[in-house]
Amino acid sequence: MKEKKSFPTSPVSHEVQEGAKTVAITGMTLAVLFLFLIPMVYGIVTALKTDSQFSKVGAPWYPASEDKFSYQGEEYDLYIVPMDGEEREMALIKKGRQSSMLLDPQNVEAGPFEWEGAWRKLERSWTPNPRWANFVKAWKAIDFPILLRNTVMYAGITTIGAVASASLVAYGFARFHIPGKNILFMLMLSTVILPSAVTLIPTYFVFLQLGWVGTWLPLIVPAFFSWGTNVFLMRQFFMTIPRELDEAAMIDGAGPFRIFISIILPQSVPALTAVALFHFFYSWNDFFGPLIYLAGNPDKFPITVGLTAFNNLYSQSTNLIQAASLISAVIPILVFFFSQRVFMQGVTFTGVEK
Amino acid sequence: MALVEGIRNLKEEKPKIRKKMSKREKKEARWGLLFLSPWMIGFIAFYLLPMIASLVFSLYDFNPAVPDEATFIGFANWRRALFEDQEVRKSFIRTIHFTAISLPITLGFALFVALLMNSKRVIGKNLYRTLFYMPTMIPVVAVVLIWSGVLNEQTGWINIFIEKLTGIQATGTEGIRWLANPKLVYYAYTMFGLWGIGNAMIIFLAGLQGVPTELYEAAEIDGANWLTKLTKITLPLITPVIFYQLVLGLIYSLQYFLAPFVLNSGTGFPEGKTRFYMVYFYKQSFTFFNMGYGATLAWLMFIVALIVTIILFGTARYWVYYEAEDLQ
Repeated sequence: MKEKKSFPTSPVSHEVQEGAKTVAITGMTLAVLFLFLIPMVYGIVTALKTDSQFSKVGAPWYPASEDKFSYQGEEYDLYIVPMDGEEREMALIKKGRQSSMLLDPQNVEAGPFEWEGAWRKLERSWTPNPRWANFVKAWKAIDFPILLRNTVMYAGITTIGAVASASLVAYGFARFHIPGKNILFMLMLSTVILPSAVTLIPTYFVFLQLGWVGTWLPLIVPAFFSWGTNVFLMRQFFMTIPRELDEAAMIDGAGPFRIFISIILPQSVPALTAVALFHFFYSWNDFFGPLIYLAGNPDKFPITVGLTAFNNLYSQSTNLIQAASLISAVIPILVFFFSQRVFMQGVTFTGVEK
Repeated sequence: MALVEGIRNLKEEKPKIRKKMSKREKKEARWGLLFLSPWMIGFIAFYLLPMIASLVFSLYDFNPAVPDEATFIGFANWRRALFEDQEVRKSFIRTIHFTAISLPITLGFALFVALLMNSKRVIGKNLYRTLFYMPTMIPVVAVVLIWSGVLNEQTGWINIFIEKLTGIQATGTEGIRWLANPKLVYYAYTMFGLWGIGNAMIIFLAGLQGVPTELYEAAEIDGANWLTKLTKITLPLITPVIFYQLVLGLIYSLQYFLAPFVLNSGTGFPEGKTRFYMVYFYKQSFTFFNMGYGATLAWLMFIVALIVTIILFGTARYWVYYEAEDLQ
């Protein structure tokens, strides 16, 4: 290839130029990524801070606590004092307007000495001190085990329902000649962009009449009747499975249901996994449904609604809110890291493949 | 995209001549319908009937706690929503205003990241792609809470950073109050949305990977620079993906609800700026339990969404490129 190029520059300087471009663009990408993920770092750092750190002027950006020094049975605050051209940590023994009594922790034997200057202008001395206990505190305050149980149950059951129903329906769309099938398919796709509000009120009313409001049933039952996007993804995948396989099984006397179980499903593990993941993340994130149907039943809340309620109660405890938010994010992030390849393929499949 | 294309082609579908079905075909159709039945039951029970019922509800004064007292009031709800209740119009304008800010920024950023992830000059792309996607996995409630911390006027890193960098006082009550300043709050909410670009990024990326490399090679021979290649090849060829994202993004934006609800329980803070249409719908329906009026608002939203979609599909022919059209 190289011989064909007829650049006026020598090949070496061309390569250098290319290398420089690669470094520059990779560097820019890293910078964007860094800024993009900074809030995550903020969340972690803030979650580890002590309560007092938020109101103190001059508190460092990292989790830290103010240093103290005990002298003759008393606790004294440590300050950073400029002395003899260097900054030194001194314990403030007695505060005064013009001068204060200080003690050098390095040289306790010398005893307290007088220092000329305004102690209010001094900065406190801080030591890094991550409060891991904040996570425990948030975990308990938000009653995380209950929220987790609810969310896992809700996400788990609806995921089973979504995968089972979507694959059945998609099989129908992919393999059978049905009069008016195209119109039905378009109807199904159009439900994807239908604003949910337009069906919400009568649905809510019916569930209320059935006595289901305040239980998980309004959230779980509809998942068993298949959703447009899931069916669409599955159907697109089923279309790629060669029909010869079906036909061979049919000659062997297999009925449609048997073909579905023994031919189609085993071939479709990636699509099934993608739909399962989509639905898992969807229900983990779902807020509006649980908010409406579970109002007033905190023992049934999933994480999202529980976290909102926690935020309203503890809005002053920035550190606990950050800790609770991070706790709620851990499981989806872990699942994502282990499944990202299949998951992203699924996203592509719904979005672009024809 | 097939979704969009499918809807687009719906009107072009030619009516087929009805043939008499053979016994075997009938049997096949029956099996097919059996497999479709979960969706068909669900469609009737959770879409079709509720939509019709919603329209009927909109003609009633109706509180679910006392269903027997529902009274038929004709088009009074509609008159109220369209002409009398100023909040409907205002909340709708707020929603459009917010969408006009957030949608271009969010889609632009997703496309920008996708371009980086598609560049042959970026080393270690797979790792970055995962990391750019990761925040999309965090529950949106948590995203809102983490970002509202970063944007906190006192202790948030963004203000501290701006102050350190420029020397302008950004922290404190005199500083930049992202969530309390009516002029800034939409930008703050837009930032929350940046942590949800994952799907848009992946779909853009797939679109970019579908652009034939021969086109770039040909353009390079003609001496095109990166900007020309971007505006003359890449962007025109991925217009179907942009169109798809735009349709979904607009419909989604009309229903924007979560952030204002989590941060201020729908009070509209600051100065009512965040009382979006969906928030108002929620208040009417599930706080005041005016469900007749709520159903009216929901239908109004549906009609708006439909009009927006039709307009978008109407404009598509002028700017969306479909390969198939060239082949005809």
